[in-house]
Amino acid sequence: MSVSSTTPATTAEELSEGGRRELPQKRAKAALSEGKRQERRLGWLLCAPAALVMVAVTAYPILYSFWLSLQRYDLKFPSEREFVWFANYATVLSNGYWWTAFGVTLLITVVSVAVELVLGMALALVMHRTLIGRGLVRTSALIPYGIVTVVAAFSWRYAWTPSTGYLANLLSDGAPLTERASALSIIILAEIWKTTPFMALLLMAGLALVPEDLLKAASMDGASAWQRFTRVMLPVMKPAILVALLFRTLDAFRVFDNIYVLTNGANETSSVSMIAYNNLMKGLNLGIGSTMSVLIFLAVAIIAFVFVKLFGTAAPGSSDEGRR
Amino acid sequence: MATLDTGPRAKLKWGLLDAVVVVFALIPVLWVVSLSLKTTATLTDGNFIPREWTLDNYRLIFQTDQFVRALINSIGIALISTLIAVVLGTMAAYAISRLDFPGKALLVGVSLLIAMFPQVSLVSPLFNIERQTGLFDTWPGLILPYITFALPLAIYTLSAFFKQIPWDLEKAAKMDGATQAEAFRKVIAPLAAPGVFTTAILVFIFCWNDFLFAISLTSTEQSRTVPVALSFFTGASQFEDPTGAISAAAVVITIPIILFVLFFQKRIVAGLTSGAVKG
Amino acid sequence: MADIVLDKVTKSFPDGTTAVHGIDLEIADGEFVILVGPSGCGKSTTLNMIAGLEDITSGELRIGGQRVNDRAPKDRDIAMVFQSYALYPNMTVRENMAFPLKLAKMAKEEIDRKVGEAAKVLELTEHLDRKPANLSGGQRQRVAMGRAIVRSPKAFLMDEPLSNLDAKLRVQMRTQVSRLQKQLGTTTVYVTHDQTEAMTLGDRVVVMRGGHLQQVGDPQTLYDRPVNLFVAGFIGSPSMNFLPATVEENALRCPMGELALDDRLRRLLTAADAPRQLVLGIRPEHFEDAALVDQAGKGFTFTAPVDLVESMGSDKYVYFSVEGGPAVAADLEDLAADAGGADVPHDRANLVTRLSAESRVRGGQEARIWMNVDKIHLFDPSSGRNITLQEEEPAGVAAS
Ligand SMILES: Nc1ncnc2c1ncn2[C@@H]1O[C@H](COP(=O)(O)OP(=O)(O)O)[C@@H](O)[C@H]1O
Ligand SMILES: [Mg+2]
Repeated sequence: MSVSSTTPATTAEELSEGGRRELPQKRAKAALSEGKRQERRLGWLLCAPAALVMVAVTAYPILYSFWLSLQRYDLKFPSEREFVWFANYATVLSNGYWWTAFGVTLLITVVSVAVELVLGMALALVMHRTLIGRGLVRTSALIPYGIVTVVAAFSWRYAWTPSTGYLANLLSDGAPLTERASALSIIILAEIWKTTPFMALLLMAGLALVPEDLLKAASMDGASAWQRFTRVMLPVMKPAILVALLFRTLDAFRVFDNIYVLTNGANETSSVSMIAYNNLMKGLNLGIGSTMSVLIFLAVAIIAFVFVKLFGTAAPGSSDEGRR
Repeated sequence: MATLDTGPRAKLKWGLLDAVVVVFALIPVLWVVSLSLKTTATLTDGNFIPREWTLDNYRLIFQTDQFVRALINSIGIALISTLIAVVLGTMAAYAISRLDFPGKALLVGVSLLIAMFPQVSLVSPLFNIERQTGLFDTWPGLILPYITFALPLAIYTLSAFFKQIPWDLEKAAKMDGATQAEAFRKVIAPLAAPGVFTTAILVFIFCWNDFLFAISLTSTEQSRTVPVALSFFTGASQFEDPTGAISAAAVVITIPIILFVLFFQKRIVAGLTSGAVKG
Repeated sequence: MADIVLDKVTKSFPDGTTAVHGIDLEIADGEFVILVGPSGCGKSTTLNMIAGLEDITSGELRIGGQRVNDRAPKDRDIAMVFQSYALYPNMTVRENMAFPLKLAKMAKEEIDRKVGEAAKVLELTEHLDRKPANLSGGQRQRVAMGRAIVRSPKAFLMDEPLSNLDAKLRVQMRTQVSRLQKQLGTTTVYVTHDQTEAMTLGDRVVVMRGGHLQQVGDPQTLYDRPVNLFVAGFIGSPSMNFLPATVEENALRCPMGELALDDRLRRLLTAADAPRQLVLGIRPEHFEDAALVDQAGKGFTFTAPVDLVESMGSDKYVYFSVEGGPAVAADLEDLAADAGGADVPHDRANLVTRLSAESRVRGGQEARIWMNVDKIHLFDPSSGRNITLQEEEPAGVAAS
């Protein structure tokens, strides 16, 4: 019987007479069996349609978008189309409206995600631990998740519309949706209402990973409820929390529907998505709209990069255990 | 801890917390329902509970082409997108969870990127591309981006489900005399069905919910979906306050969501969490 | 029913791992053969190749005299019991057991009758309409057996069918499996990593390691005449003691002292062209309290401090640690790794002895112990070969 004496990793032990003990020999990949080749082919074949659609609808347009962003291209003046290198970027980045929108987007993102994290954690604990009505709580919590954002936004809009709404009458000072500060607060409230349940569900999945015995042991060791939460539960849940934060941050950064319905961007409440949309659909300015698209894409990429690199968020699915 | 503290006081505490959650979640929904049932006269009285009830708003919207057409568009586009996304997603997820082939990690990575992609970045290029290819303001023009953004969701959720299937069963079925096809049809498919169904619900909710693509890539009633139609609603005449009609339409498109949530709460929770956390 | 023949069967996985290296094995009709070995040694792979669940890379597999390498599992007429039981969760117990018969397009009444019979044999009659999820581990295991026996296949393959049960149930089921096999007389290949299970169950035991056969034989032969260090150490519980031994002029020096070399040993050593450094192996029951041995004539007596005494009622396990260091051989490291790799101190060797219950030996005291020199085995540390077997023909098949 042959011993793989060519394998550098082979130690004296494996070379013992008879070679009864052999390390798994890592041979060159050249010798693929027929079954293996079939498996590969089947794998590619099954994935091809999904991959093609995803790449065709995202990769090509984003490149095309970059190409458009280097041109002056206004559908109202199609004859003036011209290649202008990075002039559009200079225009956008030196524009006050863009930075206002950027600030609004950041504000909405940071505040809503922070509040959602706290509320979501509370909701997750309630859903996970409640003694009664667990099904009822979970069912009601899913309603904000499932409901069409535009529908919820209309509900909030009418609630705060003077004379029509039940909430507008609570506050005496006129029309809250027409003042910047209160309008932004309402937008954030609408975001929080809509997405806290999703956050809570992700966190609840993390909670389920906390071993019950660990909590019991901690309380035997004299940890208070708060200490059990901070010292035992949070560390175990950290990966789930980071994933939830990443998803929600990127999602919040795309805020559009709520603003469109609640204020339509009036009184400087536009988000970046909103002004990109306005430049495109109202202004019909493809060059500037595309520039903004690319900038938003870059901003999102930076956020994702920060999460993954700085906080070490494990991208879901990256740990690939897909063996039978 | 649940085991340490189960007395009546704890129950009361949890009961109150439960009530807060339920109220928080339901009030905006009930408010729209209430608005949709108010008469024109009482519409602006600011009461949470209507004083006078009417179904006029519902009658009205079902008489306008604008809404009925949008409802058909919404249902058609969401169903077709769901069907295609789930079929393609099932194929890919099966391959990811069961087969070994180079490029698997790449596919998982790409779909993760797409899940995080800012959709507005696609609006301008797609707007231009669709205008040039004639897809603008058509069903396929919306179905394509919907499938694209639903696919990562479908692939994650399904591969999480597929990884839980004990694949030994396939071997067992073969030993029991089944062909590959019989093993799949009689043993694996019945086990995979709940996961596929759950994924279909999640994908449907996603498509049903979209506003940005729908408002950017449509321009007429021909393919406008309900969320967009709502924002263009003007009521029976140009000058009438559309609040009642919008509320009624909003209630109509909320009904399927409520039904899903009521009947499939457990599955939706399982689907959302397995896809996102266990991946 | 049929015999199963493996002729130089080899399995290489696509990633380059060769899990099974040219195995030759003949399993007679109706025989109960056990494949045993540490986990990862290729037992499941071998079984899967017999089943048709894995392709055979090279070599030939014959069932009932016919080459079946290229036959699909369903055309081999073999039933298999899995470690995870692999019960179909969406079917009731009845449907699970009827599944193979339905696939074989058997008539409904016939199916009912067969399922009923099997259920009766396995005491599952009152559970027939329950789903597997509502059954206990032992019941699930029986359903898995039931699904295998209903179709009266040519052979049964079982892959660690009892290892998910708790210890007591495992012993009970062991006897049941054995009885069932005798009753049905169906050729059976049974995989386990538990040597006790292997020794108690089978007509013949096949010891595997790293994809190679080590020794094939009936349990007693494996126990008394292991062909190499690995088999000697793997079979038996507590396992054989291994000590370093050096061949001197007229004696064999080992940690307990110097053993005189008799003619037999001298002949064996010369015949085997043995190195000077050897590994001495001796089983715990081949020691005795010297005070209880009538004629200490043939044998060797030594004195050592007692570490620990475990009284089992019927006899006593007495542990010593003797100076001179543990025996060193590649095979022994493998065995230690398989057993959980306990760290052994480097300058002392542990000795486990099984003495009569009447022995007065106490922990912490010196004890005089007698050792049956006739029962020692000597192994070549580099190859692991058992030198003491050399003179007679080995009863089993040695590897390579
Ligand atoms: N599908 C596979 N691909 C690559 N290597 C495998 C595969 N299945 C098993 N192996 C390897 O083959 C060897 C034998 O495995 P197996 O037959 O399952 O061992 P056992 O059942 O004796 O514990 C192991 O080293 C294992 O890692
Ligand atoms: Mg195994």
